[in-house]
Amino acid sequence: MRQELTCITCPMGCHLTIERSDNAADEGVTVTGNRCPRGAAYAREELLAPKRTVTATCRLRRGGAGVSSEISGDPRRVPCRTRAPFPKERVNELLTAIYELEVDLPVDRGEVLIKDALGLGIDVVATRTLH
Amino acid sequence: MKELSFDAVVIGGGAAGMAAALELEAAGKSVAVIEREERLGGILTQCVHNGFGLIEFDEELTGPEFAERFEEKLAGRPIQAFCGCTVLELDAAGIEKTVTCASSSRGIMRIGCRAVVLAMGCRERNRGNIRIPGSRPAGVFTAGLAQRLVNVEGYVPGKECVIIGSGDIGLIMARRMSWIGCKVHAVIEIMPYPSGLTRNIVQCLKDFGIPLYLSHLTTDIYGRDRVEGIEVAPIENGALMTEKAFKIPCDTVLLSVGLVPENELSRMAGVSINPMTNGPWVDSYLMTSLPGVFACGNVLHVHDLVDFVVEESRRAGRFAAAWLGGARPVRELRVKALSNVRYVVPSRLEPGRNNKLYLRSMIVKNDAILEVKQGGKTLRSQKKNHVQPSEMLTLEIGEKELEAASGMPDASLEVSIV
Amino acid sequence: MGGRSTGPGGCFDVAIIGAGVCGANIARKLSSYELEVALVDKEADVSFGVSKANSGIVHGGFHHNKKYLKARLEIRGAMMFDRLKAELDFPFTRCGIIVVALHEDEMRAVEQLYAQGVENGVIGIEMCSAERMLELEPKLSRDALGGLYAPGGGIVEPYRFVFSLVESATKNGLQLFTNWRASAAERESDSWVIHAEDGRSLRARFVVNCAGLYADEVSRIFGAEDYTIKGRKGEYYLLDKLTKSKPNRVIFPVPTSISKGMLVVPTVEGTVLIGPTASAVDDKDNAATTRAELETILRSARNMVPDVSETDVITSFAGIRPTLGEDYYIDASAKVPAFIQVAGIQSPGLTASPAIGEYVKDLLKKAGLKLVEKANWDPYIEKSPRVRELSAFELDKLIAENPEYGEVVCRCECVTEAEIVEAIRRGHTTLDGIKYFTRAQMGRCQGGFCTYKIIKILMRETGMSWDEITKHGRESTLLRGEL
Repeated sequence: MRQELTCITCPMGCHLTIERSDNAADEGVTVTGNRCPRGAAYAREELLAPKRTVTATCRLRRGGAGVSSEISGDPRRVPCRTRAPFPKERVNELLTAIYELEVDLPVDRGEVLIKDALGLGIDVVATRTLH
Repeated sequence: MKELSFDAVVIGGGAAGMAAALELEAAGKSVAVIEREERLGGILTQCVHNGFGLIEFDEELTGPEFAERFEEKLAGRPIQAFCGCTVLELDAAGIEKTVTCASSSRGIMRIGCRAVVLAMGCRERNRGNIRIPGSRPAGVFTAGLAQRLVNVEGYVPGKECVIIGSGDIGLIMARRMSWIGCKVHAVIEIMPYPSGLTRNIVQCLKDFGIPLYLSHLTTDIYGRDRVEGIEVAPIENGALMTEKAFKIPCDTVLLSVGLVPENELSRMAGVSINPMTNGPWVDSYLMTSLPGVFACGNVLHVHDLVDFVVEESRRAGRFAAAWLGGARPVRELRVKALSNVRYVVPSRLEPGRNNKLYLRSMIVKNDAILEVKQGGKTLRSQKKNHVQPSEMLTLEIGEKELEAASGMPDASLEVSIV
Repeated sequence: MGGRSTGPGGCFDVAIIGAGVCGANIARKLSSYELEVALVDKEADVSFGVSKANSGIVHGGFHHNKKYLKARLEIRGAMMFDRLKAELDFPFTRCGIIVVALHEDEMRAVEQLYAQGVENGVIGIEMCSAERMLELEPKLSRDALGGLYAPGGGIVEPYRFVFSLVESATKNGLQLFTNWRASAAERESDSWVIHAEDGRSLRARFVVNCAGLYADEVSRIFGAEDYTIKGRKGEYYLLDKLTKSKPNRVIFPVPTSISKGMLVVPTVEGTVLIGPTASAVDDKDNAATTRAELETILRSARNMVPDVSETDVITSFAGIRPTLGEDYYIDASAKVPAFIQVAGIQSPGLTASPAIGEYVKDLLKKAGLKLVEKANWDPYIEKSPRVRELSAFELDKLIAENPEYGEVVCRCECVTEAEIVEAIRRGHTTLDGIKYFTRAQMGRCQGGFCTYKIIKILMRETGMSWDEITKHGRESTLLRGEL
């Protein structure tokens, strides 16, 4: 079985070809077209278990009555990220969980907003400090 | 009216401004940073995606993380940051310079200084600049404005989206819009190749099944009150094939059609602008045509990596400090952008020390050669696996390098890509 | 926006349909008499029709023969602008108009214009040699053979003009109804009952139809004369304030049989306007710009001012002229009573509009409207500061009184939060309305930086929710969801 893809680890964008044995018992995967070993690693992972770092924003709980007198007002979103690349096929589920959150101020950069998201051992953390 | 005085004023508190200010302070100069937003960080604040800081911090950070880590470097250092403050006028023709700015809490401030570092960043090209014909409905946004609305204000600009321009901002927004539940129908690119990083084509378009129409021009935006769709036509062999035009229904158009360094303050102050970069002409000290006025970051030329913005801005800060201390370039050589090179910044270098040049290719090519010549003699012939216009290149010309070259020591340096 | 209605059984003396330059001038004129006047407009704000998309010129009075009503109104109207500016504080300058001849036969045409100007009583009109032309306008092409100069011609910000007229009228008792589209009307004893599309209605003894592109439809609604307003579109380019091509004078080419030609206008805001083109359109609603026309404009402008450059373009727009024959149709209807027609007001409509205000007042008087002057009519309106025009000292003082004057929202045009709040306070609650009042979003970044700030200020000041924010009313909402 043969698959083609573009490597995204560096700006080169090598065109990779992955060959996999049709024999189920043989786990060997051959990667060609890469100009460095990172391409081979990327190709393997992309084939077997593609992952993506997810970044998004969470809603901040609106505090107090009335509207702030400054244009900036109270911040409305806190940006966040997965601490490590997340399984690609579960990303939409993860986003739903992130959008359902309501975070209270203050928030610190690095603070865990969702621990062990979807039970996959990856935290979602805030990427900004807001008071 | 408040009158203040510093050795140097940095206009802009984004990555460039912060980096330059840190170097000025480290060299013992008193420095003020003027930032119009309520907080330092510049455009990084709204770039919630990752991809920043691979070189600077050896990590792939998100924009806000990168900005905050720099902000932390400033805290505890005697750098005066004036936030929520907009510069109205720059009077920099003489030795004593005055920066006039306004803020709601401080009224008008007149800040006297002897050096100014321009770090105002850039603005986005808009529909008017590229003259897309059609009606003027609501729902046409520049990608950066949409990014602000989504990532900071928390609003959805539209549900059915088309993106014009395949630059990184547009690609990032293609993913962002998809991730907030919008349907991105297409990305339209006028050139025969995408202008963003391949990594972004994969992660932002391929991952979401968003078609990329290369060599297509947007010929119309229609809709009475709100966008109802766009019309695009292919370009074949340089000719616009209007008979093959087709419509893409949508309610939102995002424009990612280029960035323009924001030099209106510079122009009004009398700084000479390089039409190839839309930024100031600068010498080997990153100093503009006005003595004591330096420029760095996106206001000097549009960068793709914030790491290079920081590197360049540190140099500007150091040079500004040295200049304040009386240092001047002893001798300078002109640097020319020749074959296939769009520009080289700065356009001068000083032999006898390390010089860092930033340049852009005009072509897409694998296995290209970056060539530096002086007086007809080749000084450097650097193999580049891959060059493309949207990826800035850097060139370091070392102390000894020009010494070794003999023949015509005063001749200009010529940079080309073959 | 709606004022208090005169209530059931209550009847206005006059209802004016259409709040453009004509309606606004008529409204202000009538507001100086003891009358109950209503001004209605189908858009979300006044001046959203033809009056917002034109060249912004106070004409020189030499383009049309005196036999035409429009020429007589133009001459009279042009003289009224200085006083209006003093009372209403809208941007207006008499920078002078020149007409350029690039060929020998064009000089013949210029001579005819000059003769017409003299006959029309234009003060200070001159025939110019090439040398004189270049002295008057250094940006002119060296190919200019000569031309004419009318020092009284000028430039005005048309939407600010209309806004200030309506403000003055409402200050003196006018009631304004926006989003009010007339859909039906019937005569009931000695008054008109007019129905709006959304169910509102009002009663008025006299009606003035100055509905611009839709004057023909309004006429039919009232059972009055049957005519057709044809749209003729004009496309424009706007050039950056820092363009090298900014002239001192408004530059006209020699006119053609159907239009005054494509101009180069130093707008009173500091930008440069080039255009308009002139092409008939079937759809009066279609103010879309087209590729072909824009190329034509650039070429034509460069003929007169070689420094005009594509790279200076910041935006383009189009306006549609309401055309109806050679002259203005301003008269009492011969078909139905108490109905004044003001139709086909294309160029020089803006210039003529103050005089149209007076003319219509006289027509109403002739039709039986009793005019008693108000003793306490106030011609002045509250002037509000424009930060971009202030010195640092003046601005500093202003910020001390109101810190919102120190918060720059639109950096390109130097518009502060206080000015945006002022626009909203005066009833401009759409992004376009705020744009026309303050100039925010009109600069080189075209709203790229300030739009989100304006949206937030609007929500804060009016209590509107995110889904009510529009560009220009109706369905033009900006945001489609909240995260």
